[in-house]
Amino acid sequence: MSRIREDYERTPWRRLVHFINGDEESVAERAGYEVETEEESVRIHDDFFHEVEWNKRKEEADTLISQYEEWPETKGLKYFQKIYRLMSALICVTIIVLLLMTVAELPTLGEAAHPINNEVSGRYIEKGMEETGAVNIVAGMILDYRAFDTLGESHVLFIASCCVLILLRIDSKGKGSTKEEAEENDRIYEPKNDAILQYVARYLVPIIILFGIYVVFNGHISPGGGFSGGAIIGAGLILYLNAYGFKKTERFFTAKTFSTISVIALGFYALSKTYSFFTGANHLHSIISPGTPGNLLSAGLILPLNICVGMVVACTMYSFYALFRKGGM
Amino acid sequence: MEFLKLLLFVVLITCAIYVCVAKNLLTSIVVFMAYSVVMSIIWVIIESPDLAITEAAVGAGVTSVLFFVTLKKIHAMDDRKEEKNEQD
Repeated sequence: MSRIREDYERTPWRRLVHFINGDEESVAERAGYEVETEEESVRIHDDFFHEVEWNKRKEEADTLISQYEEWPETKGLKYFQKIYRLMSALICVTIIVLLLMTVAELPTLGEAAHPINNEVSGRYIEKGMEETGAVNIVAGMILDYRAFDTLGESHVLFIASCCVLILLRIDSKGKGSTKEEAEENDRIYEPKNDAILQYVARYLVPIIILFGIYVVFNGHISPGGGFSGGAIIGAGLILYLNAYGFKKTERFFTAKTFSTISVIALGFYALSKTYSFFTGANHLHSIISPGTPGNLLSAGLILPLNICVGMVVACTMYSFYALFRKGGM
Repeated sequence: MEFLKLLLFVVLITCAIYVCVAKNLLTSIVVFMAYSVVMSIIWVIIESPDLAITEAAVGAGVTSVLFFVTLKKIHAMDDRKEEKNEQD
């Protein structure tokens, strides 16, 4: 068995451990300046001459320590500020040069070979309705030709709500403020069960949510689509939550509902649109026939995809608000 | 119609500048809300109603509400109340 070394506390490993634990090693110890107990010092420095020498040494050490401690506030700060200014100027200049170089590489405006003048936009406008079956060209573009981009966009929303969840969620078992406390704090500046708000919400919320559902379902026929409709539904849910409180909304919307709806919607979207990956990315238009343009049940996959996006957006909006309010759903 | 457009643009720019200049955070949020409403009307005028719907729902609705909640969380609205109580 190995013996514990005499200077065990001074080994590099112990110092690292102290550093990680955040135990501040005193400056005196680091300078090799022995900190002694009162009893010991009395015993050692009985002798008068000894004491004089001791005091001298102590003074020297004290001045050294004070210099060492003041360094970051006096000279250190100056050095830091100089380096900081230099580095910020350097980074600024580098970025400006890089951006200017990129601008110089761009094709000239108005040139015939400019990427804007390609056949893609013309094809979207001329053949869009025929190929996708959507009267709303925008919906045909973002949910058929470029559905894969929109898949990424809806994942961005999902990730955003996950980040808010990480930052603002209050753990029921953790220390600090609990969910109940947060809910109580939340109500300090506003009346509970406001009669006017409840009366207005009773008539407005159904209309708002119905309009949202209409916008989602008619995404391929009229202006709008998954994102707009989802945002409207989310706003309606937030109004309902404001008027009636968390008790009423928790009957139909909890964290479990949020995760189930998001996962099902995003999973369906991913499954229905990643098949182009497996077919070599050349089979981009739908297998389902477009149907008669203008009918509700037409345009192939656009209607179900709109519903998916709408559900994800509505859940995200609501969960943002719920997390901001009380740190949980 | 031209006059209305011009008026809307002037209001839009005024709102945008005022949001940055306003000293009170609550005021700047309310002005930001007004900015979103004006912007959504402009979207309708330049014939993109889908963007108008989104702007009205997200810009004027959800974003402002989230800003209000954040103000309450960081207790930026308390000071006003305390001042009022002191005046009373």
